[in-house]
Amino acid sequence: MDAKNLKVVNKPVIKMDALGLACGEPAFTDDVEFKGLLTGKILWSPHAHARIKKIDVSAALKVPGVKAVLTYKDLPRVPHTTAGQGYPEPSPYDSYTLDNKVRFVGDRVAAVAAETPEAAKEALSKIKVEYELLPAVFDTFEAMKDGAPVIHDEEDSKNIPDAKHNIAAKFDFEVKNGEWFKEADFVFEHSWSIPYLQHCAIEPHITIAHFDNTGRLVLRTSTQVPFHVRRIVAQALKIPVKKIRVVKPRIGGGFGSKQEVLLEDITAALALKTGRPVKLEYTRKETFISSRTRHPAVCRMKAGVKKDGTITDAEMEITLNTGAYGSHALTVMMCSGSHTIPMYRVKNNIRFIGRSVYTNLPVAGAYRGYGATQGFFAWECLMDMMAAKIGMDPVEFRKMNYIKLGEGSPVFKAMGEGREGVEQVITSTGLFEAIQKGSDEIKWTEKKLKYAAQSGPIRRGVGVACMMQGSGIPEVDMASATMKMNEDGSFNLLVGAADLGTGSDTILAQIAAEVLGIKTDDIIVTSSDTDITPFDVGAYASSTTFISGGAVKKTAEKVRDMILEVGAKILDQKKEDLRLEDGKVVAKDGASCSLSEVANTSLYYYNQHQITASASHFAHTSPPPFQANFAEVEVDTETGQVKILDYVSCVDCGTAINPQLAEGQNDGAVLNGISHTLSEAMEFSSNGTPLNASFRRYKIFSAADTPPVRTFIIPSWEPAGPFGAKSVSEIGINGPLPAVANAIYNACGVWLFEAPFTPDKVLKAIQKGKNKGL
Amino acid sequence: MKQLENTFKLACLVNGKRTELEIDSSRSLLDLIREDLGLKGTKEGCGEGECGACMVLVDGRAVNSCLMMAVQVHGKEMVTIEGIKGKDGGLHPLQKTFIAEGAVQCGFCTPGLIIASEALLRRNPKATLEEIKLELTGNLCRCTGYEKVLSAVEKARGKK
Repeated sequence: MDAKNLKVVNKPVIKMDALGLACGEPAFTDDVEFKGLLTGKILWSPHAHARIKKIDVSAALKVPGVKAVLTYKDLPRVPHTTAGQGYPEPSPYDSYTLDNKVRFVGDRVAAVAAETPEAAKEALSKIKVEYELLPAVFDTFEAMKDGAPVIHDEEDSKNIPDAKHNIAAKFDFEVKNGEWFKEADFVFEHSWSIPYLQHCAIEPHITIAHFDNTGRLVLRTSTQVPFHVRRIVAQALKIPVKKIRVVKPRIGGGFGSKQEVLLEDITAALALKTGRPVKLEYTRKETFISSRTRHPAVCRMKAGVKKDGTITDAEMEITLNTGAYGSHALTVMMCSGSHTIPMYRVKNNIRFIGRSVYTNLPVAGAYRGYGATQGFFAWECLMDMMAAKIGMDPVEFRKMNYIKLGEGSPVFKAMGEGREGVEQVITSTGLFEAIQKGSDEIKWTEKKLKYAAQSGPIRRGVGVACMMQGSGIPEVDMASATMKMNEDGSFNLLVGAADLGTGSDTILAQIAAEVLGIKTDDIIVTSSDTDITPFDVGAYASSTTFISGGAVKKTAEKVRDMILEVGAKILDQKKEDLRLEDGKVVAKDGASCSLSEVANTSLYYYNQHQITASASHFAHTSPPPFQANFAEVEVDTETGQVKILDYVSCVDCGTAINPQLAEGQNDGAVLNGISHTLSEAMEFSSNGTPLNASFRRYKIFSAADTPPVRTFIIPSWEPAGPFGAKSVSEIGINGPLPAVANAIYNACGVWLFEAPFTPDKVLKAIQKGKNKGL
Repeated sequence: MKQLENTFKLACLVNGKRTELEIDSSRSLLDLIREDLGLKGTKEGCGEGECGACMVLVDGRAVNSCLMMAVQVHGKEMVTIEGIKGKDGGLHPLQKTFIAEGAVQCGFCTPGLIIASEALLRRNPKATLEEIKLELTGNLCRCTGYEKVLSAVEKARGKK
């Protein structure tokens, strides 16, 4: 199968919300005004680890305009996770809406609601807190030692595997087919590390809680997971699900940070306390400190290789820093192995050792790439080390070993997300073509040769990395959709899927339009309102195109069937002889009727009924998209400055439902990865206070910093996906760290093990290399 | 109650319309735009002049409205994204190319990007790619990787 005969899918249809957004229409959470809206603010902990001995809010309550001050004394104590995941969540239940203990600088202490932001701020300053300071721990390896401060010493938290050693999640797995490294000619072992990284969605986290005319709580919120928000707020505040409605307006980017119940519980609590609408919005500084981050990681890998290029053994030991709470602690850790180890065939033995460890630092969570970013940095650099040792071209070495069509991996079954994984084999791949295209575009062979003979302080190099990801979580993620037909032949498409700026509303409309033989203009999409749209787990795990798209396709097929039924009556033909084309029901003999005629006939005339259908979809497999990335860099060996001259990213996402939007997804993911590679890292003082919590000090790439990023879509056809589609959103972020590290090695013969590759680190590595006579 | 001496009678042109209102003299320009004028297209992304989501044109120059006091636009002409129009009153060429090129992803930074690009193209209608990149340094976008944004601005050059 291929995408040749498709009319709407695989076409660059204009994103349906682009017009409004380009004109500044009020589309986001904060763009609607509420009468009597109070401002919510949170008092943050100034200490990394402390118990609240006394908290006095009497002076705060006296500030004119203050309507509520909440502390842990005012709320039910319900251990839960803030991770917006399928129920029961695999993350430990170690969080409380408000607690009598603080576990990092930036943890919640109290919350206020007031008539004005000024009054709210003044109230915060008047809350008197007496803390009992506790020893803090900031390093994961220290935190696991006997006698380390125990961050979760409370008795009522749940599913923490080893609270005494601050272990929030652990998993070990081994496939043993013989003696370890026995067959290997060479064995390599190194550790790669990634620091605290921030999502930096340009819209800060925001929630507005208000009430409808029956007194139900409405949460208008910037979220990727409306249905999980509803469930977790109900759980944390002990109110029935039926009393809550969650509305997701347009979202100003998320990248995983909004797969989290971050503000909704406390905003709801303030609204319930005051009976007034309340808005709580993070400042940029708060977004850095008190939202979520990528899990910092140390990934040790050890692998063996034979002279002929066979990889004999591979061991990955990853230690993730989950910060003060274990949001996504287990699942990110699992994905760091499950999305990476299967990339290459390992002949004999495979081992994975994973730990997610609490520290008194900001809370890590979901972040585009979701562990695979951490894992691939190690695996793909190790691949180049092995290739260098056996004298094989890194591209050829990868071609020889990557997972091929029809092949599986024991890792797929062993490593799921909170439960066992699923057995699967690769059912679509364009990786070979992706590698070829990327090699051609970067001029791999030619440049390899050219850069082998360089002298002088400025050196150039090329590097490669291959990656995979998943498409949804198999047998966990579920999505559903509803369609109904209107008199003019247009359709409402209601989906739980959460478009957070990705364009999912548009691509889901394309899928429905393709089935129904219409244009996307005739589909009105409503997404993510828990009162109106059917369930969807939300926008994460690269699931929307594959899982939600599957639900939309099934729904549209049911609707098509109902349309043909009515069309058969109108045209007096057999249903089997009819098809939908260009907004009409068309018979084999050329007779036709319009969709509007069908709708009116069904609504007003024949067997009166609304043409409408719903369908749900989940999957038994998670077909990986694949990528080959190529970087060309220039290293100033005297200053350590690394410049990316060219970056080529070849993406196999099956059928790109909308090639323009798929390219956009990848461009953004790649640049985020490049920014991780060369610039980004959160820094902390010795007492755990973040030092660079602003765009001024935490530098993300701007337009002027941006190297040419060239995305190429390499088509394949995934039989399990809607119209052959797989996922595209996350995978691209995993490439730059290893591709650039490998290019730097090619340029000047040194390896970098610690992100980001700032001039000081590059220079140090070069100096170390020189001492070794490189 | 607000003290009278803190109020200021502001008069300016907003999107071509003469606007007069009494404001607190300590009000930021961004609060004036979003709250007093109800123009929600201008966004706050950082509140410290780093991200450019709050950009508006003041006398043709792109400024971060979060860093300016409202009183600073007294007697001046201000254009927000709602006032960005083509010569025919329809879509502005930048809006057209941003939409057509796929430069709008989440759209939160889009108004600021369009404002900054408009300021540049008014000043320098033949701006090169390098000049465009430099001009947009003050507008952070985490979705697009800037690729499609830059091609949108390039394609809008010379169009009215």
